[in-house]
Amino acid sequence: MTDFGFTLSRSSALDLSKADTRLYEKLCSLSPDARTCMGCGSCSATCTAGPYSGMSLRKVILGLQRGQDVRPMLKGCMLCGKCTMVCPRGINTRQLILNLCRIYD
Amino acid sequence: MKENVVIIGGGVAGMEAAKQLLFLGYTPIVVEQKDHLGGHVSQWNRLFPDMASAQDLVRHLGEEIVDANIFLETKVNFINRLREGYLVMLSNGVSVACRAILVASGFRLFDAARKEEYGYGVYDHVITNADLENWFNGNPDPRVPASPKKVGFVHCVGSRDLKAGNSQCSKVCCMTAVKQAIEMKEHFPDAQIYCFYMDLRLFGKKYEDFYINAQQEYGVQFIRGRVSEVGETLDGHLQVKAEDTLSGKPLRAQLDLLVLMAGMVCNPEAAELARMARLEMDSDGFLRSADNISGIVGSNRPGIFYAGACTGTKTVPETLAEARSAALDIHRFIQGK
Amino acid sequence: MIYEGKQKIWKDYQKEIPDDHWYYVRSCIRQNFFPASERKFTDITQQVLGKDVYETPYHTTCGGIAYHCDAIPQETAMTIVARQFALMTEAGYENYVPSCVTSFGNYIEILETWREFPELEARIREQLWKATRREFKKPKYLAHTSDLIYHWRNEIAEKASVRLIDHETGEPMRMAEHIGCHYAKMFPSKGIGGAEYPYVLAGMIESWGGQVVDYPERRHCCGYGFRQYHMKANRGYCVSNTHKKFESMEPYGIQAILTNCPGCCYFMDRWQYVIAEQTGKTYGKDGFGIPVFTYEELAGLVLGYDPWDLGLQLHQVAVEPFLDRIGVRYDPKAKYLGLNKEDILRPELPTNLKCF
Repeated sequence: MTDFGFTLSRSSALDLSKADTRLYEKLCSLSPDARTCMGCGSCSATCTAGPYSGMSLRKVILGLQRGQDVRPMLKGCMLCGKCTMVCPRGINTRQLILNLCRIYD
Repeated sequence: MKENVVIIGGGVAGMEAAKQLLFLGYTPIVVEQKDHLGGHVSQWNRLFPDMASAQDLVRHLGEEIVDANIFLETKVNFINRLREGYLVMLSNGVSVACRAILVASGFRLFDAARKEEYGYGVYDHVITNADLENWFNGNPDPRVPASPKKVGFVHCVGSRDLKAGNSQCSKVCCMTAVKQAIEMKEHFPDAQIYCFYMDLRLFGKKYEDFYINAQQEYGVQFIRGRVSEVGETLDGHLQVKAEDTLSGKPLRAQLDLLVLMAGMVCNPEAAELARMARLEMDSDGFLRSADNISGIVGSNRPGIFYAGACTGTKTVPETLAEARSAALDIHRFIQGK
Repeated sequence: MIYEGKQKIWKDYQKEIPDDHWYYVRSCIRQNFFPASERKFTDITQQVLGKDVYETPYHTTCGGIAYHCDAIPQETAMTIVARQFALMTEAGYENYVPSCVTSFGNYIEILETWREFPELEARIREQLWKATRREFKKPKYLAHTSDLIYHWRNEIAEKASVRLIDHETGEPMRMAEHIGCHYAKMFPSKGIGGAEYPYVLAGMIESWGGQVVDYPERRHCCGYGFRQYHMKANRGYCVSNTHKKFESMEPYGIQAILTNCPGCCYFMDRWQYVIAEQTGKTYGKDGFGIPVFTYEELAGLVLGYDPWDLGLQLHQVAVEPFLDRIGVRYDPKAKYLGLNKEDILRPELPTNLKCF
């Protein structure tokens, strides 16, 4: 292969048509309220671990909808339950995280 | 003899006002350009939030105004100021002297073809909200595939769009998109529905419940990002580009059908009426109410009143409430109170 | 795709193009990239079509390339442009036609800026006077050279000896068009057909017998992007955009691409080599690339010019398979003979992209 000093860059674009959302669907079957997330971000805003570990429940749910691997984020969760207290849609976020861990296992 | 009141526009605003004016003892003269009453609502299928039949609403209103004078396929040619009141000349040769006129000329659906990037009229499977209602009404549309797997809705087409000359939010489209998304999912249970929105403006009674329901029961996915470009693939699918602003990444999707939520712009006839009757236009391109809080149905001319979407984007219940309010104001005006 | 829908849009974006008397200015870079195109434009317009197309050796860069590379401010570009207009005025012309799409965009942007801010125009006039003692009139009509070839496309078709038709099957050649960003994206009303579905090149292809093929990434930029490309480290970004276009084009069996911008034509041609070397992938048939033509080259081909006189040997992607399809006769041995049959040497052949 000829070295030109540069190569094709990888596109950062998300392709919805190619996104594998089976994990998300599985999660929704266990935690149907996951679907009602509206991305308000209050879970991430209040998250104890988030600022230090990169955990964001909003991004976890969105990532699953886009077919991304969210395990690295999930590892940062301390299961304190603060997000459950603030979610305006009343999503049982703690249970959602536990269900997700179960799916990944 | 009962006193005439000219109502310009036979949509639900004009019909409701006619009904109330009949009740108050006047003879409403409804002037409608089309060959039927009911305006946009007559072309709609079901109305949120209770999924009531749009046809039923129009039919009930129609039954209540059989005693009104209704001129279909008729235009206002000109309006002359008399010493007391107005002389309204109609295109059918009739001229009416009256003390009060109700302008209920409504809105026009934004011409979605003007947002060229969406390819309405160019791509095989791009339709508007109105086209979809027409399809819900049982009229076949070759643009709607037999069994679409992925359907997208684009909010704010021609609304909140300074480049298109419309700064206004059209108010009903967010809720219409949610309603139509649910209806599409009911028609096609295997389909995945996406709504591409800038903001979700679900302000009305039970609208938010619809939204939650669309998410939870119908799995509709809401993607915060405006579609920027649509292309057509070799096999006739649509390729759309948007930014998934919540992920902070560009997003692409292949869809089988794209529904454009065309917004409301003022009916161009309103500008013509404004010229004839020296009415003022507001900065948003709609007719200017006497006061945007306490005098929505009043105009800058004595004896001329407004109802419905001629003064701005309105929902059906808002329009009906304004029509009743305008009828009462007309009554008070004629009574000299 | 609903063709009538496009026709409706095309009707909204037509512009008045005078039929004669044009003041012609060349591009900074085209003569290096595609050396015969500009010369053939004057040949075709003056000799074949009998038009008055005038040019002067005193013309310089319009400043657009430096402006888009962030090397000079717009005011400097404006003063350079003011001088070009002065040369046009002195020559007695009022119709101005640049051959570069970025120039075209630069001129429109400047004229529109002056329309909005007349005090700026006054300042530029003063600066030009102080620097050169020249005065100018603004062009009455501004067109891009592709607009003119579009305008005369049917006259060219009448005189054509070759059509964009596969001479064996009788099928129209499947061709994509690619429009330079600066042609109409900034000012859609200034481009024939607008910015979303431009007609300027599509009209030529249709008029000369070919079939225009639309594909999803048709509107996407070629990736050149001026200062992006000029930094070597950023070139991955440029080539990735070209790659994206070719990937999108791939299923359509496109046999040639027509362009109207110096950079687009160059990069869509040359990057096919880079992509082939880096990924092993080629987009034409049998290991060839998809040839990319300028509108002058294509006009020259249908008018029966010798492809080597049109400079097609300087294309990276081999043009011969396309020429064979449309039945253009050429001497393969003469490919690398320049003026006066002088040998201009042969390029090294790539590993993955088939060339002659």
